[in-house]
Amino acid sequence: MHIEKFTPKSDIMMVLIFSAVILLMPIWLQPLGAAYPDLMQRFAIFGLFAIGFNILFGQTGYLSFGHAAFIGVGSYTTVWIFKLFTLNIIPAMIAGVVLSGIFALVIGFICLRRTGIYFSILTLALAQMSYNLAYSVLTPITMGETGLQVEASDPRAWEAPLAEGEVPRTHLFGLEMTDLGGLAGFYICAAFLILGFYVALRITRSPFGSMLRGIKTNNTRMAYTGLNARPYALAAFVISGMYAGLAGSLMAAMDPLAGAERMQWTASGEVVLMTILGGVGTLVGPVIGAASIKYFENIFSAIDGAVLSSALDFLPEAVLNVIVPVLSLFVGKGWHLTLGLVFMLVVIFLPGGIMEGYRRIKARFSKADAE
Amino acid sequence: MDAILLQILNGLDKGGAYALIALGLTLIFGTLGVVNFAHGALFMLGAFVAVSVREVLTISTKVKDESVTFFEAFKEIPYLELWLGDTGKAIIDWSVPISILIALPVMLLIGLVMERGLIRHFYRRAHADQILVTFGLAIVVQEIIKAIYGANPIPQPAPEMFSGTFNIGALFGLGDNIVYPKWRIVYLFFALGIIGAVFAFLQFTTFGMVVRAGMADRQTVQLLGINITKRFSIVFGLAAVVAGMAGLMYTPILSPNYHMGMDFLVLSFVVVVVGGMGSLPGAVAAGFLLGILQSFASMNEVKQIIPGIDQVIIYLVAMIVLLVRPRGLMGRKGVMED
Repeated sequence: MHIEKFTPKSDIMMVLIFSAVILLMPIWLQPLGAAYPDLMQRFAIFGLFAIGFNILFGQTGYLSFGHAAFIGVGSYTTVWIFKLFTLNIIPAMIAGVVLSGIFALVIGFICLRRTGIYFSILTLALAQMSYNLAYSVLTPITMGETGLQVEASDPRAWEAPLAEGEVPRTHLFGLEMTDLGGLAGFYICAAFLILGFYVALRITRSPFGSMLRGIKTNNTRMAYTGLNARPYALAAFVISGMYAGLAGSLMAAMDPLAGAERMQWTASGEVVLMTILGGVGTLVGPVIGAASIKYFENIFSAIDGAVLSSALDFLPEAVLNVIVPVLSLFVGKGWHLTLGLVFMLVVIFLPGGIMEGYRRIKARFSKADAE
Repeated sequence: MDAILLQILNGLDKGGAYALIALGLTLIFGTLGVVNFAHGALFMLGAFVAVSVREVLTISTKVKDESVTFFEAFKEIPYLELWLGDTGKAIIDWSVPISILIALPVMLLIGLVMERGLIRHFYRRAHADQILVTFGLAIVVQEIIKAIYGANPIPQPAPEMFSGTFNIGALFGLGDNIVYPKWRIVYLFFALGIIGAVFAFLQFTTFGMVVRAGMADRQTVQLLGINITKRFSIVFGLAAVVAGMAGLMYTPILSPNYHMGMDFLVLSFVVVVVGGMGSLPGAVAAGFLLGILQSFASMNEVKQIIPGIDQVIIYLVAMIVLLVRPRGLMGRKGVMED
């Protein structure tokens, strides 16, 4: 087991470096072709989602397959506040986070009565149930397949009504999300990501954090010491549900609509992939995992057969005719195939994800230096 | 009354599919201790064996259409029909049952390859890792099928003899209102047959006895000098065959598409949990029970009282069962409790 050395000082450094990397994304992502606000917002939002998921899975050891439900609760609540009260994102997001926290409390209370595989299946079942409900009975609230949207004609209690045909835009005390060429939206997401990262760091270093790791390492032994572990696990569940709710709220704040497809269990699977790919139980790993999946999704989905042929133009025709169809299985619409394969390879060969890969390489080099 | 009977029937054949998948899941879990998230993919693969067999059987050629006289018209006729005439036609008509013959070795092979190639490396790893790697595998299989067959469902007709409906009510003297698709009745009996065969295999053969012994106490069986690992691999193959058969025969009821496996998998897991992890009779009973409950909940009369109940009934039942009887209906003590 790898033990990270840390001091308060190194923690502050970590937060500072993390913030710098996140805030400078519009600059250093330029050469990678990913520096447009929409994509960077997704990096930050899914990073936040994965950080929260990691508090439950990485630190406490409970594998939830239903976290997308909280994204849904956060999104729907936020859009409703936009519709009923104000287009300012702060009250809407507070409501989103609080409500998904309450929802997580209820779901967690039920699911945490079981551990291991039972827990995974229970969360999966409950999330799937919420998804089905959002599509059927709750249609008056969720608008079913159409999705919930903000309209000019909505009765906003705290704001002057919009003129007919005016596009409702969400804003932070007047600063609209699309201002500064969309960067305003990104920096708001980035601020929440950094805040979320800092909170996760504090949780990890706190006695509460060690309690969570104790539950993960040996729940039985924790019980033998006379400790009731369930409240701690429940707290972790609620916290990670609130992170997911915050991510959902941010999604709705950036683009004020909410749809049930965000709650499907494949969406829950995706956050598991992000966390595993980045590195379970590490602090920055989930963010890296989320960003890389969203980045490669963006790149790979854009490639199609024509792009491949022109890129591999230098090859002889006969080779080209074989390679292009094979490769095009993995790009464009086949992106999920690549994702599934990478995911399997990571679980099989590198269970610690990118972070473990980095540590292994580093260890090899430092050994080489010592010799 | 008639409506209720119809719903029971509806539930029974849906339950049949759940029970077959859950049976395989439980077998794999009970023997190898692996939680197989790719089991739905096996169900889907079985369905696509039927699709492929039909595609091969109906490879066609263009033939001049003699019935059109005033211009040159062509129609597609399968080679099989050209060569064998009416026999060929009958073979194509029976493509779904015929594909069972192909699916048996294919699914067994897929199961064995999957177990030997991937799953066996995960016996000693955490359940979370097993879930994750089989989940990844399920995505990969699903995407490959999507790349080959496209995203749209591909309807498979039942043999003409079994298409159309059957008046069950008349059979029992209950009036003429209970008419039911014939193929669904076939499916129910097929499912019952397979379940019976699996239980008989486990109960009455030496192989089955060893497997049951291994499920109860793996170590002791190994100490007796029996290579239990080899037998468990075969059990995995068997479970793959059962799932494949369930999917294959389900094709005339539900046109196969690439995500049908995942849809059934989630529900089958719930079935396994309700039945009690590791209990084979529990899996079967819970499969039928939840199937019937689901069809009852989708009756209009019930939906009027509790709107939306049809969407959530299975999950609600699962929650209540787990809260009241944490081990499931027939769960054994000490299974997956750490």
